[in-house]
Amino acid sequence: MSDWIDVCATDDIEEEDVIRFDHGIRSFAIYHSPEGEFFATDGLCTHEQVHLADGLVMDHTIECPKHNGQFNYTTGKATRLPACDHLGTYPVRVAGGQVQIQLSE
Amino acid sequence: MTTVTTDIPPRDYQLSDKNAQQAFDRGLASAEWYHTDVDRKVMKALMKRSDGPAIRDTLIWLCLLVASGAGVIVLWGSWWVLPFVLIYGVLYGSACDARWHECGHGTAFKTAWMNDAVYQFASFLVMRNPVTWRWSHARHHTDTVIVGRDAEIAVMRPPDLLKVVLNFVGVFDVWYSMKALLLNVGGVLQEHELSFVPEPEQGKAVAAARVHVVIYAATIVAAIVLGSWLPLILIGGPRAYGCWHMLMTGLLQHGGLADNVTDHRLNSRTVLMNPVSRFIYWNMNYHVEHHMFPMVPFHALPQLHALIKHDLPAANPSIWDGYAEMIPAFLRQLRNEDYYVRRELPPTAKPYREDLREI
Repeated sequence: MSDWIDVCATDDIEEEDVIRFDHGIRSFAIYHSPEGEFFATDGLCTHEQVHLADGLVMDHTIECPKHNGQFNYTTGKATRLPACDHLGTYPVRVAGGQVQIQLSE
Repeated sequence: MTTVTTDIPPRDYQLSDKNAQQAFDRGLASAEWYHTDVDRKVMKALMKRSDGPAIRDTLIWLCLLVASGAGVIVLWGSWWVLPFVLIYGVLYGSACDARWHECGHGTAFKTAWMNDAVYQFASFLVMRNPVTWRWSHARHHTDTVIVGRDAEIAVMRPPDLLKVVLNFVGVFDVWYSMKALLLNVGGVLQEHELSFVPEPEQGKAVAAARVHVVIYAATIVAAIVLGSWLPLILIGGPRAYGCWHMLMTGLLQHGGLADNVTDHRLNSRTVLMNPVSRFIYWNMNYHVEHHMFPMVPFHALPQLHALIKHDLPAANPSIWDGYAEMIPAFLRQLRNEDYYVRRELPPTAKPYREDLREI
């Protein structure tokens, strides 16, 4: 079973930026792309468990704030060392002005 | 500035499983570090990448390198060659370190291939395996000056001052670098390298070392065939005779300060420097700022310093002042390795985060 969960209002995330979203014991990173789309990945870098929401979004890339590893946040693919393992990605939609993430229970 | 002594068992700097476990048990490894609060929009502006400053500085660097190298070749055999050797040596053997560092972080240029190209070139100049040292530096940022975890602690306690002095002409560093490269050529990574280089990267480290060693071997052959030291003065040699500026600035980064803490204000030093040294060092004199926010490119570090200096110990106003603080600390550490320099925070700063040291 999966649920759509409210994250924030659409204008809470600037374009080409990211915020942190914690749900239960899990942490996610929610992105607003330059094209105006929203995406969600695991919130912690796969290299050293640093919160990606403190990092830098450049086009479709998120760069980890600690070691500068990079990921494509639309696919979760690790694109620059020291990040080797890919990020998990999650479905996102906008409903009633809210960004929502779909999580499996 | 106050001075501090503590009562901690003698340090074991080996990157062994036992020492790693000890660091984890004490909450020092892969810890969450103190950060000064900076508004997200301001930080985004500071982190913004640009090719312009790095292209400008790299062109200046390469032009000066080629011009001074040409001077060395033309004037070889005359005493007039000495100033050219001095300039070429520093541009090769010292400036390479900052280029290696900034491009390793991927922050110098906006364009990825430019970072990678300069990183590979600078890694060769500084005699570092570009693969192993990328991972070593990632560890340095995860566990800065954490004993048993950080592979890049320049001066271990108690300090070996003879080694420090001889490294101003690269004696130990060149020896250790060549030894590591030659072992890598044979497919061997040392124990400490294996502790931070993931398995899929180890083959790349071997390949990179082979490229470096082939170039050094060709240089030695050229020197023998020509019956001249000139090839070695131009390639490889500057890592020894020209590295003094790298040492002079690099030792200040963490020398004489605290270890086993999770607040870069306690273990890193920002030193204000003259423009020439800042060009050679690519603004790494703003070292507390760099460690706290490694995403900020070298050209934005002065702005970052201005923004957060209210929360940092006052920067040392000169290289001289930094040494006046660091050398007495090294001398005290000869008698008491737990001694370190603890600098006063301004009244506007948040207190040091040092709780983990007490665990």
